[in-house]
Amino acid sequence: MDKSLTKVLVVAAVLAVIAIIVPHSGSFVVLLTTRAMAFAILAMSVDLLLGFTGLSSMGQAAYFGVGAYLTAVLATKFHFGLGWDFWLVVIMGMAIGAALAAFFGLFAIRAGGVYFLMITLALGQCVWGLAYRWNSLTGGDNGINLNGRPNFGLDLSNEVTFFYLVFAFFVVSMALMYLLVRSPFGQSLAGIRERELRMQILGYNTWLHKYIAFIIAGGFGGLAGVLWAHTNGHVSPETVVLTTSVDSLLMVVLGGAGTLVGATLGTAIVFGLREYLSTLVPWWQYVLGGVYVLTILYLPMGLMGILIRVRQRLKSKTEEKSLKELATKPS
Amino acid sequence: MTGKLQKILLGSCLALGLGLTTQVNAEELRIGYIAPVTGIFAQVGKDMVDGFQLYLAEHNNKLGGMDVKFIVEDDQGKPDAGVTKARKLILQDKVNMFIGGLLASTGYALAPVSTAEKTLYISSVSSADDLTQRQLSKYPYFMRSSWTSSLPHHALGQWACENGFKKVIVIAADYAFGYETAGGFQKAFEDCGGKVIQKIWPPLNTKDFGPYIPTFKADADGIFTTMVGPMALQFPKQLRAAGIKTKILGSGVSYDEFVLPFMGDEVIGDVSALHYSAAIDTPRNQAFVKAYREKFGKVPGYYSENNYTTAMWIDEAIKKAGGKYPGPEEFIKIMASIKLDAPRGPVELDENRNPIENVYIKKVEKKKMFGYDKDELWNSVIKTYPKVSQFWTYGKDKFLAQPVYDRDFPPCKYCE
Repeated sequence: MDKSLTKVLVVAAVLAVIAIIVPHSGSFVVLLTTRAMAFAILAMSVDLLLGFTGLSSMGQAAYFGVGAYLTAVLATKFHFGLGWDFWLVVIMGMAIGAALAAFFGLFAIRAGGVYFLMITLALGQCVWGLAYRWNSLTGGDNGINLNGRPNFGLDLSNEVTFFYLVFAFFVVSMALMYLLVRSPFGQSLAGIRERELRMQILGYNTWLHKYIAFIIAGGFGGLAGVLWAHTNGHVSPETVVLTTSVDSLLMVVLGGAGTLVGATLGTAIVFGLREYLSTLVPWWQYVLGGVYVLTILYLPMGLMGILIRVRQRLKSKTEEKSLKELATKPS
Repeated sequence: MTGKLQKILLGSCLALGLGLTTQVNAEELRIGYIAPVTGIFAQVGKDMVDGFQLYLAEHNNKLGGMDVKFIVEDDQGKPDAGVTKARKLILQDKVNMFIGGLLASTGYALAPVSTAEKTLYISSVSSADDLTQRQLSKYPYFMRSSWTSSLPHHALGQWACENGFKKVIVIAADYAFGYETAGGFQKAFEDCGGKVIQKIWPPLNTKDFGPYIPTFKADADGIFTTMVGPMALQFPKQLRAAGIKTKILGSGVSYDEFVLPFMGDEVIGDVSALHYSAAIDTPRNQAFVKAYREKFGKVPGYYSENNYTTAMWIDEAIKKAGGKYPGPEEFIKIMASIKLDAPRGPVELDENRNPIENVYIKKVEKKKMFGYDKDELWNSVIKTYPKVSQFWTYGKDKFLAQPVYDRDFPPCKYCE
């Protein structure tokens, strides 16, 4: 069987299992999974930059934030996006995320490495500053409360219905990003990640490639923000704060950059520890810290690295076996 | 390989899904408590929890005859995390009520959860003004056992005016709590005839006031400050080091017993206002301070007192309800009918579900108190304003007609 087809099937099977199991578990688990999935879209958008293009963005929360604030402001000030027009808000959220990325990209893409990281960090902080200080629009430090979720025939105030909606968005986003990275465009991004100079010599406009990837990631960030605003019905500067960007980056590194599934896995683990384990024990932060340290020390490829290693070992074992068989066979 | 992985994942999903339903005991009062137990506010969060638990420990873990299941959840000082935890408490732990929330922003985020889930929320610290003012009607299952940010500072404005202050500079942390405290002070102070001549908003967590201090107008005879966290320690030190001797009129939290032990002698003589001081010289408060200090090794600040009082209030209410929890609406009615004799003095609920309570104008003094043998800094009470309402002397309707205190309200008429 084709290797990538197997991968897709495994992921699809796991997703199907989640879709069946989660709604039947406790309602807090439903809530957590919904939140994690909305956030995982953001993490995957970071992976698009970090894992596939080699750009470590420290400002991804900005696009997430504008998406969330757009949803909240439209819903509270204009009562917009609470019926079928929710779908318009989704499109607008993606558009505003992409537009902001298009603007920020003009400044950020020129730089690489640490400089790119610092510029995106600074730009992200600008958005945080706006959210924090533009009291009349954003409610400042107090944030904005949304009054209920959209209802367009489907009543999203039902947690399970909302879970399925976020789940659908998550699956579609993952599929789109997967197709994107497998496309010729995605291949050239990987080329840029490996050696930008070589791509330039080959005649690729690497700036444009990176710029487009940056915009696409911004769009997915905006989408994640729209969904996030509705998970808790609350948007505050905490949504846009630097920690959100750092978290998304760490999740990707933890799960394994350049795999998309890794970003999701990382999100699941961080959410599991931060929001579930923290309800059980007070020392959850040590566990989270320990996981990070151990991953970076022993699994530079992230948790997905384990799978790769296991596969390699299995492969080498079967090879050894067949070699042995060959050796013992009388010729 | 694939099959094995699927099995493992399926197994772990099942494990996660099972064993989460909670057995609810009918005789048990289930209380969820939300506080920042980790993060930069962890210490405050601990004081909050300690206050509540002291009361529980003193009463064999019973409130009004019901056994209490007290579940603490960590909001990490983030409103969003607070909402998730509140919903966890309601959905998974099936709590009767949830209490707590430190920051004003957390209060604003938690109140809608109480409406959506029809569960009682008692804000025992968070002081965001508007929750019990202009936005009250949105939150029928919400009440407050603490204070509104502007409540003690109206009184401080009045006191400053009556005690000869004419021109005051306001310097307060740049966020909602800073606006509301400063707004309350300015409103009452100017209505009585004083003038606020300058307003400065340093960002939250400013550690270096060097750029601000030289801009202070020289003709001021007082400085009103709202400093939180490390700002509270740094500001008086740097102000006095710069040679400025202008008197300080502080927000109560800038001089709360939470920070007071870490302050130097430069704060002696500084005046502040709050609805609690550990130095209130009543037997009720003395007993509380001694019990708290014995158990936790420190003098309680308002974070602890407010939660101790909340537990006491619930205790009385459950007793009155006949040893059972009567549901949120009925419970709030009972809470409103109780007049409490708390360590902070008499407390009762106004019609907007916010406490009417004493406000203490306090002066920092170095002295011995309650029989402790060392000289320590205490917030000596120099004047008590009894039974202060969140509407001060303006009356509810007149007060609610004005907008909530903000960066630009009240406007600075005398700032040139």
